[in-house]
Amino acid sequence: MTVQNWTLLIVISTFGLYIAIAIWARAGSTKEFYVAGGGVSPLANGLATAADWMSAASFLGMAGLISFNGYDGSVYLMGWTGGYVLLALLLAPYLRKFGKFTVPDFIGDRYYSNIARTVAVFCALLVSFTYVAGQMRGVGLVFSRFLEVPINTGVIIGMIIVLFYAVLGGMKGITYTQVAQYCVLIFAFMVPAIFISFLMTGNPIPQIGMGGKVIGEGVYLLDKLDGLSSELGFSIYTNGSKSTIDIFFITAALMVGTAGLPHVIVRFFTVPKVKDARKSAGFALLFIAILYTTAPAIAVFARTNLIETVSEKEYSSMPEWFSKWEATELITFEDKNNDGKIQYVADKEINELIVDPDITVLANPEIAKLPNWVIALVAAGGLAAALSTAAGLLLVISTSISHDLIKKQIKPDISDKGELIVARLSAVVAVIIAGYFGIHPPDFVAATVALAFGLAAASFFPAIILGIFNKRMNKEGAIAGMVVGILSMLFYMMKFKFNWFGGGTEADWWFGISPEGFGTVAMLINFIISLIISNFTPAPPKEVQEIVENIRIPSGAGEATH
Amino acid sequence: MALEKHKKYWRENLKYLAILLSIWFLVSYVFGILLVTELNTIRLGGFKLGFWFAQQGSIFVFVILIFVYVRLMNKLDKKYGYDT
Repeated sequence: MTVQNWTLLIVISTFGLYIAIAIWARAGSTKEFYVAGGGVSPLANGLATAADWMSAASFLGMAGLISFNGYDGSVYLMGWTGGYVLLALLLAPYLRKFGKFTVPDFIGDRYYSNIARTVAVFCALLVSFTYVAGQMRGVGLVFSRFLEVPINTGVIIGMIIVLFYAVLGGMKGITYTQVAQYCVLIFAFMVPAIFISFLMTGNPIPQIGMGGKVIGEGVYLLDKLDGLSSELGFSIYTNGSKSTIDIFFITAALMVGTAGLPHVIVRFFTVPKVKDARKSAGFALLFIAILYTTAPAIAVFARTNLIETVSEKEYSSMPEWFSKWEATELITFEDKNNDGKIQYVADKEINELIVDPDITVLANPEIAKLPNWVIALVAAGGLAAALSTAAGLLLVISTSISHDLIKKQIKPDISDKGELIVARLSAVVAVIIAGYFGIHPPDFVAATVALAFGLAAASFFPAIILGIFNKRMNKEGAIAGMVVGILSMLFYMMKFKFNWFGGGTEADWWFGISPEGFGTVAMLINFIISLIISNFTPAPPKEVQEIVENIRIPSGAGEATH
Repeated sequence: MALEKHKKYWRENLKYLAILLSIWFLVSYVFGILLVTELNTIRLGGFKLGFWFAQQGSIFVFVILIFVYVRLMNKLDKKYGYDT
């Protein structure tokens, strides 16, 4: 069978599976819609969190970024996993004990203020929308390359599928679909990695193969890649080129941002007890780590394979995948010196080949000449990763509107049924907006997806941590901290990404910190402002201090309530 | 009395957090970033050690840290009768 037929077969059967699960697990009440009734087992929640968390960026993008940046790519690996340690130790158990539906719920109640709640809703929407547009784009990309439909048709098909199970099933439907999606995506990620690791190093475990010797050559794979990189003028693979301070700050911003992302936090509201929240954070990271420790191995295999396949080779002798990707303009070749060979070097004047890092994972099985069904499987995995994350984000968006804005502020006497209808309607609107951004991606989307973490780090993380660990923290401190934190992040991002406020280049970065790493600085600013302001303003009321005492004790975590 | 017990529980919890988060910081920020050049002179098979910590080792340690935390806290909850 051809790749296209295999893809069609696998994609249709996995989509059928997701829809069947959604019909089986549809939500009947707001509690089921928001937190799956609070009865998800820690193992299932761990699987669902892993799928929710690992987006098109993790599945399709990350290995490519590492492949092209070597050691510098470590920021994603450490940043996007280390955040779970913070989540498990500092947030998840306490927020579960608190027992509400959303992050703005916690902020609003802990800081006894609807202003705080509204600021939190605004931050949640900002973070979630920037993130979801990227997922829709990922869906479109996979469809266009493997089923040869236009990107826009791909986006619309993806929208319809997500709409179906997010609107029908709410959190309950999403949770069980995500369990299935995790299985699909991890299988799709591991199979080619194991194949390639075995072919290149003789060891089927990619994590070990990465540090092994190349078959028939007797040199270590990483040493060989270091050699190839420096030969072609690229920076040494295992050393990278970013400054230490920037690596440090970006890693911290991604870690803290991960711990502050509303669609991840809300997953811990779905388990029955505090100890289940802790345990499911452990399961989640375990399942994530399987992919995250394999990605750097894929990066090394792909980089070595790519250089060996193209460097100084005849353009006319390139394999079939090369021209297929050329058709999507994600690979471009220009024979500058007219010798008919491909010069792939760091020097921009001489270099003739531009490869988009995003294709690494998708093209890798083809470059390694794996069977067609493996290539098709990767396409289905990419779709599973993008759809599961999109659904989780859409749920946060619709909950923010139906619960945090309408139920809590505009129309408190709304019935449970009415609220459920509003939640479903907001999900529909959110899907349509996300789809629009997927079809017409504004320039700022690509730039801001990475920065969504900075925004989450600058706003939620300090407010939640202080809300749990500092009993004296009051609404004045928290609101001022969140507002100044997110504004300073937005300012830095606009200045250095969009050239507003006078713009600036890399040389003008404060202390050499890139906009991606500035989330850490903005977070520190948030902490400092909160602490200073709360010191000079009245302590929170007694009931609130009792709430804090109460969430620190794990026993008696009741069911989530309004 | 209940308050005293509560305070003791919280202090023990904070102690665990301090220890576990120090390890978290050590394997990622110290081994993987600040001391990466120094550690790269040591080799672990085909890996330079600092590079290994940054791309593999720190992640393994993170997973272990959370499961250790789960165990410690389950024990602590039991000790104070907060495990219901």
